[in-house]
Amino acid sequence: MSAVTLHDVDELRDLYRELILDHARSPRHFGKLDGATHTAEGINPLCGDKLRLYMRLDDDNIEDASFEGSGCAISVASASLLTDMIIGLPVPQALEFFATVTARLTGRQAGSDDATPPELDKIRALDGVREFPSRVKCATLAWHALNSAIHGESAPVSTE
Amino acid sequence: MTQLQVSNVPLDTECRPDFPALHQDVNAHPLVYLDNAASAQQPSTVIDTVAHYQRHDHANVHRGVHTLSYRATDAYEGARDKIQSFINAGSRSEIVLTSGTTESINLVAQSYCRPRLAPGDKILISHLEHHSNIVPWQLVCEQTGAELIVAPINDKGELIIDAFDKLLTDDVCLIAIAHVSNALGTVLPVKDIIAKAKSRGIAVLIDGAQGVPHMQIDVQDLDCDFYAFSGHKMFGPTGVGVLFGREALLDAMPPYQGGGDMILEVSFDGTTYNDLPYKFEAGTPNISGVVGFGAAADYLQSVGMARIAQHERQLLDYMMQKLGEIDGIRLIGTAAEKASVQSFLVDDIHPHDLGTILDHQGVAIRTGHHCAMPVMDFFGVPGTARASLALYNNADDVDRLVDAISNARRIFT
Ligand SMILES: Cc1ncc(COP(=O)(O)O)c(C=O)c1O
Repeated sequence: MSAVTLHDVDELRDLYRELILDHARSPRHFGKLDGATHTAEGINPLCGDKLRLYMRLDDDNIEDASFEGSGCAISVASASLLTDMIIGLPVPQALEFFATVTARLTGRQAGSDDATPPELDKIRALDGVREFPSRVKCATLAWHALNSAIHGESAPVSTE
Repeated sequence: MTQLQVSNVPLDTECRPDFPALHQDVNAHPLVYLDNAASAQQPSTVIDTVAHYQRHDHANVHRGVHTLSYRATDAYEGARDKIQSFINAGSRSEIVLTSGTTESINLVAQSYCRPRLAPGDKILISHLEHHSNIVPWQLVCEQTGAELIVAPINDKGELIIDAFDKLLTDDVCLIAIAHVSNALGTVLPVKDIIAKAKSRGIAVLIDGAQGVPHMQIDVQDLDCDFYAFSGHKMFGPTGVGVLFGREALLDAMPPYQGGGDMILEVSFDGTTYNDLPYKFEAGTPNISGVVGFGAAADYLQSVGMARIAQHERQLLDYMMQKLGEIDGIRLIGTAAEKASVQSFLVDDIHPHDLGTILDHQGVAIRTGHHCAMPVMDFFGVPGTARASLALYNNADDVDRLVDAISNARRIFT
């Protein structure tokens, strides 16, 4: 028998940080958005995450955003954080955020801490996924939906 | 493994040493493998048989005059004989080697059903089928205008027999039904179903992917027309499987695929097809996989399916009891007749999160929809966590599962 060590629980708590659990339990901007101009669906067939992101764009500005659907704690928290972060942003900056966040979470970003702007501070809460390769896709799902909604692609994005 | 069994040695104690993959640490904990319904681990005898074939006997089958080709053919055909004996088929001509359950079912859909289906005809399945036993029928229905009808289940995950009987009308061409549900563990009353179908002259295919690892299969006793299963769920390699088919039916069916090995003579004026079962085995097969599959059938027969069934039944009872004691757990699949598969949800923890937390503690379970989305819809859940037991699992494994779930609850509350 192998007892679960403090170390294990610590590592798991690093994945499931308070901020993540909080956003997973009470997602912000949850529900359909009236008057949405852009939308995209993100599907993660592995765990059955299925999220739809809505945005209202005005003059290349993200006036409002929301999402609905169901998924694991990581994907829901990530979507919730995303909506929090992009409302009010100009589209080019949202696209920059998309690039930064996906690079950061997939561990492709060199010297990651420095390259992440302060507006994205909260995204650090998802850093734990880097130790859990099977969960990176959950964390990036909503961000891929953001990218495809902006580019007006109509087919659902899949993480497969 | 020895032929002679000492009955007071627990099965898992005896069998665990046979499975090298079980003896490793995963995330710094001894592995507890509870994902057997997805794919079971292989005993050394399977691994060694495949390696020996690869090292010494490999050549193409049925074609060469040289020694290795003979050896390869003997090994391949020898495996067919072992599998025939494993399910007690009447003839080796009835053992069609395929790439797995999925291909076996598609073969029946296209070669048996497609030529005889017309608009108005029906194919009857149940609500608890794996996608492999749904989609091939949807395809053939689209091709022919036939209709796919679905017998309902109740909230324990059992087939509702009355409703099933009502659907059993004379325009049903074929019943395709699981022996054991991979998502719920339900054992279906296939023998009764076959008897009822037979009295109406309706053919029956049993999806036996989850049947073969858990119980003795005797296709003559079942009296089914087709029985499909996969090597990798019964401790053999992936990418090999069987379609058992009644000889008279197979004989009357057109080939599924064309190519080498399935012909007697080819000219541009026409082709005569090979005898059974080769008519359905076009192209160079997965020879090493089939050889390993034969070794797996031997292994199971030497352990004894009755002992395996008894061991698993006791362990399933223990697991259901232990899981049932966890606060906030919801067991999904509580049929009276069950094989050692249990789906569950804990509090509102998403199954994928649970799977990660358990894996981190060395416990491998499956999470998701288990290729049975209609079952998930029926229970109104996006997916479940599923623990599935095999002959090598034991009470310690169940205790580790339960501890790991308790830790998950600690993290999430
Ligand atoms: C009940 C059932 N049917 C069919 C299949 C498909 O088997 P394979 O993928 O080996 O073709 C499975 C495998 O998960 C199964 O559990």
